[in-house]
Amino acid sequence: MAIFVYAESHDGKYKKAGLEAVAYAKAIADVAGDTVTAIAFNVTDSSEELYKYGATKVLKVENSTLKNFDANAYAKAVAELAAGEVVVVPSTNDGASFAPLLALKLGASLVTNVEKAPTTFAPFTVARKAFSGKGIETVAVTGKAVITLLQNSFGAKENAVAGSEESVSVSISDADAKVKVTGVEVAQTGAIDLKEAEIVVSAGRGLKGPENWGMIEELAQLLGAATASSKPVADIGWRPHAEHVGQTGKAIAPNLYIAIGISGAIQHLAGVNGSKTIVVINNDAEAPFFKAADYGIVGDAFEVVPKLIEEVKKLKGVA
Amino acid sequence: MKILVCISSVPDTTAKINFTGDGKSFDKNGVQFVINPHDEFSLNKAVELQEKAGATVTILTVGDASVDAVMRKALAIGANDGIRIDADARDDFFVATQIAKAAKEGGYDIVLTGKESIDYNGGAVPGLVAGLLDYGFVNGCIGLEVEGSTAKAVREIDGGKENVEVALPAVIAGQKGLVDEAALRIPNMRGIMQARSKQITVVAPEATSTSVEVVGYEKPASRGNVTLVDKDNVAELVRLLHEEAKAI
Repeated sequence: MAIFVYAESHDGKYKKAGLEAVAYAKAIADVAGDTVTAIAFNVTDSSEELYKYGATKVLKVENSTLKNFDANAYAKAVAELAAGEVVVVPSTNDGASFAPLLALKLGASLVTNVEKAPTTFAPFTVARKAFSGKGIETVAVTGKAVITLLQNSFGAKENAVAGSEESVSVSISDADAKVKVTGVEVAQTGAIDLKEAEIVVSAGRGLKGPENWGMIEELAQLLGAATASSKPVADIGWRPHAEHVGQTGKAIAPNLYIAIGISGAIQHLAGVNGSKTIVVINNDAEAPFFKAADYGIVGDAFEVVPKLIEEVKKLKGVA
Repeated sequence: MKILVCISSVPDTTAKINFTGDGKSFDKNGVQFVINPHDEFSLNKAVELQEKAGATVTILTVGDASVDAVMRKALAIGANDGIRIDADARDDFFVATQIAKAAKEGGYDIVLTGKESIDYNGGAVPGLVAGLLDYGFVNGCIGLEVEGSTAKAVREIDGGKENVEVALPAVIAGQKGLVDEAALRIPNMRGIMQARSKQITVVAPEATSTSVEVVGYEKPASRGNVTLVDKDNVAELVRLLHEEAKAI
């Protein structure tokens, strides 16, 4: 069973989601008794990065059309190279967008939002997220499969192999890109992408106003975390929509999720229940979020968060 | 301009999710169904384009007669008419095939969908429709204007957003941000009355085959009990996160 993986990159550097997808592909290959071939577009990073996570072969493509994302062009390029039974794609904005077109081009079945390694290979049986995390669906695929892997679900586990790279070309030109990019606005340099973050510090209406987010940002910065918010806070305009986590916002699965002043409505929990560890700080002891948390403090955010900042500073040895 | 908006009928966001005794399917008992929230943003954008640019808006749903109530709500919000593909929406490819067929036959300029449904979370249908029709595809759309035969869209990317242009016809998958949350329309009495007389055309489905079988559903494991830490002992929380959870 030949396993291929799309190793996603940004500005020439492999993304964490791409490395995680390689690690996942390696886990499949180990059980299936095969190797992993990674496909990379316009990457300047060394292929050693991918050997570290288990790619035995790296197919490097340099192509100007692929410098901007277009679902059709990406699907066509990956389809030309992925001559295997399973293709793993990270469930990023780009990956989730081109995977359906890739499946059509390969005549493969598509399984999205996969969370775990497959349980059997013939048929390919795997669990995926459903009902916004309130359920897990297990499906069995006969024949070729394209799967998208939920970010932070499997972990970018190192599993080094000896590998080799090959520069290859694909027959893609600007005519294949149906969507033309006319401008890009990226978040400020150094900001941590919410879906890739290991730690997320999130706050809700308990913060009483946007002017009080300074302590949330300070805590996040100390922890190397991304910031997030509940839906009401995004709707009022205290925080940008891009920070809204929940059923109708972003679904995230960080290693640690710290929820401050968020009661824990069922729609919010749906977006964060994939988190490995959940901490809740809320002055309402009856807040439903405590039932879904691993650790909690019943207390006022304005009292607790400054203390938490001080204790994290002590732990990190920051003055 | 003709717009086709694909609507999924999904359990209300507050619904408790249960599965049938054999674990093979979702238990609909006692569950309220609503327009998929991501589709609602796309529907509202379509109605906005209808008012601004004189577009006609047709909604399409794959489902049995039980989805009619949700379709009537969409019509009450302002869509002109509806198409119901009379079949169980059993998998992504099946649904996408039905939409692609209707989109081609109806000659729609824009196929608008939500980026995913909140029940099965496949997120595959919009891309599959684009692939089947060989149309341009913009996913995660948070801004859309139409100028002549070109759609100017804004799409969310990891860590930011991107302005793009796509020639029509195209498939565009919307999400929160496509219109303001506060501007989302709620059916009023006039709209509800008008919706009663709007046409829903019921169409037989196109057959497809599938090689994906649902083995079963389960609920995620419970986390167990929360460990509460006294608010005057925040140091203990940091210790637990560092030493026990190894999270910081």
